[in-house]
Amino acid sequence: MDVKLTIIDREGVKHKVDAPTDMAMNLMEIVRSYELAPEGTIGVCGGMAMCASCQCYVKSNHQLSEKTDDEEAMLSEAFNVEDNSRLGCQIQITKDLDGLVIELAPEE
Amino acid sequence: MIKTDILIIGAGPTGLFAVFEAGLLKLKCHIIDALPQPGGQLAELYPKKPIYDIPGYPEVLAGDLVDNLMEQIKSFQPGFTLGEKAQTIEKLDDGSFIVTTDAGTKHQAPIIAIAGGLGSFEPRKPKIDRLFDFEKRGVEYMIKDPEKFRDQSVVIAGGGDSALDWSIFLADVASEVTLVHRRNEFRGALESVDRVKELKDMGKIKLITPAEIVNLKGNERLKSVVIRKNNNPQEDFELATDYFIPLFGLSPKLGPIADWGLEIEKNAIKVDNTLDYQTNIPGIYAIGDVNTYPGKLKLILCGFHEATLMCQSAFQKIHPDKRYVMKYTTVGGVTGFDGSKKEAPKAVVKAID
Repeated sequence: MDVKLTIIDREGVKHKVDAPTDMAMNLMEIVRSYELAPEGTIGVCGGMAMCASCQCYVKSNHQLSEKTDDEEAMLSEAFNVEDNSRLGCQIQITKDLDGLVIELAPEE
Repeated sequence: MIKTDILIIGAGPTGLFAVFEAGLLKLKCHIIDALPQPGGQLAELYPKKPIYDIPGYPEVLAGDLVDNLMEQIKSFQPGFTLGEKAQTIEKLDDGSFIVTTDAGTKHQAPIIAIAGGLGSFEPRKPKIDRLFDFEKRGVEYMIKDPEKFRDQSVVIAGGGDSALDWSIFLADVASEVTLVHRRNEFRGALESVDRVKELKDMGKIKLITPAEIVNLKGNERLKSVVIRKNNNPQEDFELATDYFIPLFGLSPKLGPIADWGLEIEKNAIKVDNTLDYQTNIPGIYAIGDVNTYPGKLKLILCGFHEATLMCQSAFQKIHPDKRYVMKYTTVGGVTGFDGSKKEAPKAVVKAID
């Protein structure tokens, strides 16, 4: 089953995309699969919460999974962090995310 | 001038394995890397994390894979220029290249193999007004010579291993060490966290958390930093210091290689994947994560394959008239440049009475 997400890229352009819930994908990978940010500027560490290149701001009221210690620690070192900042690589695509709106944080 | 057959840029797994394949063809290699140690992102980002898709290894720690590769290539005696970034390239009339690093070290080779991964690792710089004004005038991003900080006051910002480790180290060198971090929790080896706590209790490290540096003051040189506690501007205070060292980790940038006239697509170097991973400039190859071609996958195992084909092509370029057929290591063994030889033991044939 696919969920519909709205992703606002770094230029402010809105993209409505379908994201599969059955491919063990995360938000960072969805952004890469639709090439909404240039390769090499997102998901640099591959999804280990060891860089902040997939930082995004959650714009809708979805209940997301709690941040792990790793994500919390990385966000504490990242730049441009807001209260609604998350690392895309730590957010798994599940059916609860239908209608989620996120905006990519600026490139560091 | 350092001279070699294949000059490899990048000491990650792909670059290291290229030394092995080149060695089998009796070609010598020299490697340049911006990091002070070999291993690339495996050593810098995730040495303790497991990798599961190296053929023949059901599970291997990234750091162990690097150690194994270093062991595998040892007898081929690669040269290393570490802690320096490949900056410029120049083509000579004889077809060879000269690559100069940011430290001015010159290397000459007929073949260049760029195995630069995601690029050279550069310090992540926090967004603080006037940070750039004070670079080299009190603001440092790396500690190359700790003696520089002897009897000086130092403010370190960051919450990872390097912030912790350098705070511990400088506690014995600097006159005053202040560690500022946005959270009360640190992300580092448990021993380091414990040691910082000890030093704090002994009064050798001043710990300020949760806090961040929001401003820098000074004229020609840095004089003080403005620290904001608890994210509350009301609690801002100024702390006089000789040095401010933000340690927020490293992030890879393609860097000067992007200006070498190579065809770049999606932050990667376009290569001919139907043949030998050569770039648009004959004699310059790009292998591993740094290259791109239709269907490219950034996997270590793909980098190994690309390195192998690159070496065969390099051999033909260096020795256009030599005939050669690939030989299995099981048949030919491995003869190092150090005189060592590894080979399969001969089967003993014994008559049966």
